[in-house]
Amino acid sequence: MITSFLLKSLDRRVSFAILALLAIAVIVPVLNLSLSASNPLQIPTYVMQLFGKYLNYALLALALDLVWGFCGILSLGHGAFFALGGYAMGMYLMRQIGSRGSYGDPVLPDFMVFLNWKSLPWFWHGFDMFWFACIMVLFVPGLLAFIFGWFAFRSRVNGVYLSIITQAMTYALMLAFFRNDMGFGGNNGLTDFKDIIGFEVQADSTRAVLFAASAIALALALLIASGIVRSKAGKVLVGIRDAESRTRFLGYRVENYKLFTFVVSAMMAGVAGALYVPQVGIINPGEFAPGNSIEVVIWTAVGGRGTLIGPILGAILVNGGKTIFTGIWPEFWLFALGALFVAVTLFLPKGIVGTVAEFMAKRKAKAAGADKPAEATGAEQAEAAQ
Amino acid sequence: MSDMKTYKPNSLLYLDGVSVSFDGFKALNSLSFVVEPGELRAIIGPNGAGKTTMMDIITGKTRPDSGEVFFNGTVDLTTKDEADIAQLGIGRKFQKPTVFESHTVWDNLELALNRKRGVFGTLFYNLSGEDKDRIEEILATVRLTHRKDDFGANLSHGQKQWLEIGMLLAQEPQLLLVDEPVAGMTDAETAETAILLREIAKTRSVVVVEHDMGFIRDLGVKVTCLAEGSVLAEGSIDFVSNDPKVIENYLGR
Repeated sequence: MITSFLLKSLDRRVSFAILALLAIAVIVPVLNLSLSASNPLQIPTYVMQLFGKYLNYALLALALDLVWGFCGILSLGHGAFFALGGYAMGMYLMRQIGSRGSYGDPVLPDFMVFLNWKSLPWFWHGFDMFWFACIMVLFVPGLLAFIFGWFAFRSRVNGVYLSIITQAMTYALMLAFFRNDMGFGGNNGLTDFKDIIGFEVQADSTRAVLFAASAIALALALLIASGIVRSKAGKVLVGIRDAESRTRFLGYRVENYKLFTFVVSAMMAGVAGALYVPQVGIINPGEFAPGNSIEVVIWTAVGGRGTLIGPILGAILVNGGKTIFTGIWPEFWLFALGALFVAVTLFLPKGIVGTVAEFMAKRKAKAAGADKPAEATGAEQAEAAQ
Repeated sequence: MSDMKTYKPNSLLYLDGVSVSFDGFKALNSLSFVVEPGELRAIIGPNGAGKTTMMDIITGKTRPDSGEVFFNGTVDLTTKDEADIAQLGIGRKFQKPTVFESHTVWDNLELALNRKRGVFGTLFYNLSGEDKDRIEEILATVRLTHRKDDFGANLSHGQKQWLEIGMLLAQEPQLLLVDEPVAGMTDAETAETAILLREIAKTRSVVVVEHDMGFIRDLGVKVTCLAEGSVLAEGSIDFVSNDPKVIENYLGR
C-alpha cells in the first residue's frame, strides 16, 4: 500500500529533483571537507551554511505550497510552524549546553538563572533527549495546526478570513514568545548552542552533516508531497481548491481533507525550522514575525504555486537574490521584494515553473496538431455528427 | 397537513411543513411534497419561489427553521451535512455547471465515483479494472468519450453540463436533484438533455428544476409549481399550466 503510494509519486520531474537533492547532499559536504581551502573547487563553509539555510526555506515553501497551491488555503502563518519546530530544536540545544553556560548551572539555561528561576519549567523536561526533541519538532507544529484547523475548517472559515486569522495566530505567538515569563528566553530567544548529539555545532563536519540532512529532508518531503498530490486524495484537494461545494456534494468531507493537509504541511515546516536553528545558531521570537510568513508566500508565488518544484526554486532564487541585494543595496531590498511580487502576480501568475510548463505543453500540443491534422478533423466530424 | 403522513413510509423524499426564513424573508413557507421511488418530477416557479432553497435544504446546505425532511421514509435529512447526504445517495447538479476545471474529464468522473470518501481511503486508492469500466460506461452515456483527456476548463458549456450529470451518475444516487440543466443550451442540446434525463430516470428518481416550459413538455412528467415558498399546484403540465393561480403568479407575468 505504502510502496504503491510512493511509486506513484515518482514522475520524471520529481524523480530528477529528488536525485539532484541526494547528489547535492553528498557532493557539497565532500567538496567542503575533503579539499583544502586553496582548491578552487572547495566550497567554503559559509557558502554551504548559506545554501543549507536556503534548503530549509525551500522545505518551508514546499510545505506552504501543499496547502496553498493544491488545497487553496492561503496560510499567512506558516512561519509560526517553522519557528515552533525551531524552538523545539533550540530547547534541545540549550539543554546540551549544561554547565558550560555563563552561569554554570548544570540544568537551567542561562536566561532562567538570570530570571532567578529555581527549577526547570515542566515543558522543558525531556528536551535533554534528542529523540524527544525530534518528536516534538513534528508534534508541536502538528498539534497547533490540528487545533487551529479543527476550529477553522469546521466553521468553514475560508479565503481571506482564514488568511487573516493565520496571520493573527503567528502575531499572537510572536507577542507571547517575546514575554520573559513564557520560559523561552524572551526577546533574546535561544542561542549560544554548543553541541548537537555530542558534536560541536560550529565544527565544519557538523555543518556538513546538517547541510546533508537539510537536502535529504527536502528530498523526503518532496517524495511525500508528490505522493499526496498524485494520489486520488490529491485530486480531491485540487477539487476543493477549484470547486469546494462540488466536492462536498460529491460526498467528500472537505474539512477532514483540509485538516490532514494542514497538519502534514505544518509538520514539514516544523522540520525545516528544526534544521534551520542549529545552522544559524539562534532562534528568537522574530521568526514569528508576520512579515516572514508573507515572504514564504512570495517565494512560492515566484517559483509557481501548485507545482512541486516551483516553491523550491522560488525559495532558493529569491533568497539568493536577497543575499546579493542586501549586500550591495540593503535599504532597497524590501522595495525590490514588493516589486517582484507585483511583477509576478501581473506577468507570471503561474510562477516560473508554471509558466515554463504551460509553454512546453502548448508547444507539444502544437507539434501534435501539426503531425496529424487528419485525425483532428476526424474528431471534429464525429462531434458535428452527434 | 396530517394527510401527508400517509405518504411517508413509501416515499423516497418527503417534505412536510418545511419553513425557512433569511433575515425575515420567508424563502420557504410550509412547503410540503412527496417524491416516490423511480419518479421523474419537474419543479417550476417564478424567481424567488424557493426552488434553490428547497434543494439547499434537501442536500443539507441549509437547515430548515421547522418542518420534516425525510429520505426513504426513515432518514431524517435535517440532522445530516452535505457529505453525509451525498453518501446516502442524493446527488445535486448546480444551476451553473460546476465541474473541476483543472482536472481532466476522466479525473472528474473518477472523483465522483461512489467509492471510499475518507482521506486515507483516497490516499491509497488504486484505479481498479471495474472502476475503469464504469468510467468508460459513463463517458459513453454522457457522450464525452472523445474528450476524456481534456481539462474540464476546455469543455463547452453544454459539455460541462453533461460532465456534471455524468459525475452525478458516477455517484450512483437514488435521487438526483437537477437545477436548470438546460439554461444556456442550444435547442439541439436541450432536446438531447431531455432524452438523457429520461434515460437516467429509468433507474433512479430525478427532480428537475427548470424555467424552460418547452423542455418540461419534452419531459412529459408530473409538475409541481412553487410560488412564494409553497406549492401552488401539482399535476400534469397541461393541468398546471391551466390553473388560474399558476397563470396569475407565474405564466402570466
